[in-house]
Amino acid sequence: MSTRVVIDPLTRIEGHLRVELLAEDRRIKDAFACTTQFRGVENVLVGRDPRDAWVFAQRICGVCTFTHGLCSIAAVEDAIGYPIPVQAKLIRDLMMRTILIQDHVIHFYQLQALDWVNVVTALKADPAEAARIGSSLSNWTGNSRGAMAETQETVKKIVESGQLSIFTNGYWDHPGYQLPPAVDLLAVTHYLQALTFQREMIKLHTIFGGKNPHPNMLVGGMATPINMDNEWTINQVRLDQLKAIVAGTQTFVEQVYYPDVLAIMGFYKEWFDIGAANPNLMALGLAGTWGSGDPNLYRGNRLEPGLLLDGDFRKPVPFDLSKIVEYISSGWYDYSVGADKALPPWQGETNPNYTGPQPPYEWLSDRPKYTWDKAPRYGDKAVQVGPIARMLLAYAQGEPSVVTMLDAAMAQLGIRLEQMNSTAGRTLARAMESVLMAREMQAVFADFAGRILNGDTAVFNPDKWEPSSWPQAAKGVGFVEAPRGLLSHWVQLEKGAIKNYQCVVPTTWNASGRDPSGQMGAFEYALAHSKQHPLTDKDKPLEALRTVHSFDPCMSCAVH
Amino acid sequence: MLVPPPPIWRAGETLGEQLAHAGVSRRDLLKFAGRMATLIAMGPLLPGQTAAIAETIADKLASVKKPNAVWLQLQECTGCLESTLRAGHTSIEELVLNMVSLNYCELVMAASGNAANAALDATNREPHILVINGSVPTANAGYCTIGGKSTETILREAAANATAILAVGSCAFDGCVQAAAPNPTGAVGVRDILTGREVVNVSGCPPIADVITATIVYVLTYGRTPPVDELGRPLFAYGARIHDNCPRRAHYDAGQFVTSFSDQASREGHCLAHMGCKGPDTFSPCPVIKWNGEISFPIQAGHPCLGCTEPHWFDRNTPFYHALPNIPGMGVESTANKVGAVALAAVGVGIAAHGVATLVRRHLRSDDDTPPSSD
Ligand code: SF4
Repeated sequence: MSTRVVIDPLTRIEGHLRVELLAEDRRIKDAFACTTQFRGVENVLVGRDPRDAWVFAQRICGVCTFTHGLCSIAAVEDAIGYPIPVQAKLIRDLMMRTILIQDHVIHFYQLQALDWVNVVTALKADPAEAARIGSSLSNWTGNSRGAMAETQETVKKIVESGQLSIFTNGYWDHPGYQLPPAVDLLAVTHYLQALTFQREMIKLHTIFGGKNPHPNMLVGGMATPINMDNEWTINQVRLDQLKAIVAGTQTFVEQVYYPDVLAIMGFYKEWFDIGAANPNLMALGLAGTWGSGDPNLYRGNRLEPGLLLDGDFRKPVPFDLSKIVEYISSGWYDYSVGADKALPPWQGETNPNYTGPQPPYEWLSDRPKYTWDKAPRYGDKAVQVGPIARMLLAYAQGEPSVVTMLDAAMAQLGIRLEQMNSTAGRTLARAMESVLMAREMQAVFADFAGRILNGDTAVFNPDKWEPSSWPQAAKGVGFVEAPRGLLSHWVQLEKGAIKNYQCVVPTTWNASGRDPSGQMGAFEYALAHSKQHPLTDKDKPLEALRTVHSFDPCMSCAVH
Repeated sequence: MLVPPPPIWRAGETLGEQLAHAGVSRRDLLKFAGRMATLIAMGPLLPGQTAAIAETIADKLASVKKPNAVWLQLQECTGCLESTLRAGHTSIEELVLNMVSLNYCELVMAASGNAANAALDATNREPHILVINGSVPTANAGYCTIGGKSTETILREAAANATAILAVGSCAFDGCVQAAAPNPTGAVGVRDILTGREVVNVSGCPPIADVITATIVYVLTYGRTPPVDELGRPLFAYGARIHDNCPRRAHYDAGQFVTSFSDQASREGHCLAHMGCKGPDTFSPCPVIKWNGEISFPIQAGHPCLGCTEPHWFDRNTPFYHALPNIPGMGVESTANKVGAVALAAVGVGIAAHGVATLVRRHLRSDDDTPPSSD
């Protein structure tokens, strides 16, 4: 007899996710991912000026802020055939890598860490030992005994006050927490230091975009002028600030984030055998790859866009743009072609029709439709997107930086490539690509600064700004390898205005419900496909949280 | 009709100290605790027993230090909380670990599901500070549910015992992007649901982190909500237009305008009015407080202001790259009243009556500084 388990709100994610589980003998037997928020941004965009679209689209998500704006601009620039100056591309590259790393760091420490790190146990630690472990992992200057003792004092005050704030009702007595107290303390210290780090790092967005979250950008380039002889522009003061930010970023991810993830996953090795999702992975390239039009034509992308299918993680299959479609068989929508049919995004429709129970309700998934998420599929395949797809595709293509790093990590942890498709593997892949991104940022910044030295200051191309220069009707697509995976925006223009707008977002792929052939999306598959996923205590669903968090769910992205 | 909020605890003081300030003695507290003891025991107690339990309760109550807080995320994008994470002056860790006990906040709380809902229910039963990000869909409750409840129910339950209600961000203010035409979900802001309650609107998409935290700290420090403008926005942050404090203002006055994002004027930091700047129409402290540790703000970084602190900015301020009609050098020198009329026509039925009245007043007010001619 299976028991119903509901996790709603599933916290420490972006947006509103409800997970319904059927559990038996402390194992998950079935799972349903229910996205419970709809806003209708695609419908709001219809009829608007395409140069304004990024402002609307960016509000899809404030966590991966910038990403949807960039994707929107890439789609619009594709539609009107709008080339941009090299420096504008480099600024966008820097901003994209910034949000990728910042988002990954916040995800690990602020959103995911409390699944693995026990704040209360950190009280039992010897600060000196925590400092010793810290300095054995890296040269990070924040690993002093004093820093550890201070963290412990902060935690102690909170626990003793009886008002636990954000730690209220945590599962602190759950047997799943297995770190030695000193490692708990080290991780909590880095939790606090990560907050400081992300505040500093994001200033790169403020310099180029004026603010964050939701920095400003521009169709046709960027609005931030470069003029070494003016105080309001990108000048030597700004270049110095940028240089420091880029260097500080590399330090933090190399000395804190990546060593922490390696060490912590090392204590939880069994999680490389738990939470395998659909063995089909899709990516366009490394994190931060973005562009207009068919990704197979992108210049400068070190990798071929591709897929790894049916568990063969060594053989890349070419990517075909025309194979992306969306189903609504489990989503609260209508299609003019019928509910069991798929639509490609350029012909996509967003006709919301809520047929679930009126709240308050107890259970959603006993009806065929149980989520606001559409179900994107690649042809007939349910695929997984995200850092894991990027890293394994790069590995399969022999990208040297990835091969070196992944081989070293697998050797250290004693795991096989196939085990990377797991709860721990997805977590590790995210940290690993942050290091690669940080190193790339150094190169992009050097290129940007070097070009300024050579007098290349153009950031905006005025040629196609005026709607009179646009075709009467056009369509375009933009792609971004976003923090959570492959993102695409699909736009149709008519007479200078948006006729149709569709977004197929990483979490739309990963959080999708059943398609007409009954295939589960990645969240559901990872929780339920093996029927062996642990769930020790249905009132404290710690293990389910670990697996869902390993995807870094962004529900306002998934359903927009 | 506003319901006056009950007093709010001061930062750093225990309840005992707060009560002492309010003239409640230890003996009064013990008497109250004695009644509590009887209630909790739910049966007859020996005289000695009651006193002992009362002592314990009184001690516990008196040592309660931090105000509890509930932070709701309704229909929104989490940008407001991400902004809060970036606060430089009162940092998020200081706020959450030292100043309030944030017992419910989906983005950062440890507990999930039932445990999270239990924390919310328990906090809702006591006085607490309520911060809200996000709007409420009114077309169908199914557009946004949390814990199987409608967004409106979640909001009303959390507001019932709230001592201060802060609607943070444009979504909580008036529905922001999801309320833009055709407003597919009938999204509305908090004040349209909690009518009759005092709601402080910290508007912006998102608001500047330091404005969010300063509003909370204001409440903690003074024990009351800050004075606000007609739209409910704190005067300490929303008292002046961006245009009034803009570093490019001298160029506006001198008639020096950027006319393309690639022209020489853009490289020299001239005024962005012709590129669509909404600064003359937007009340916000961006040029004063700036963003992310006073690094910059949108106009400083070369992009026109989008006007995100104003009502229904996605309808009222679009197309974004079109100049406001009252900007000098744009051909027609409209009067403020005409500008108001245009803005109203553009927004159409999207704005409630009080918003319309405010808009008109705003535009009459901005008539005071006669725009200079550009030639
Ligand atoms: S119009 Fe905009 S850029 Fe020009 S002075 Fe006013 S606020 Fe500044």
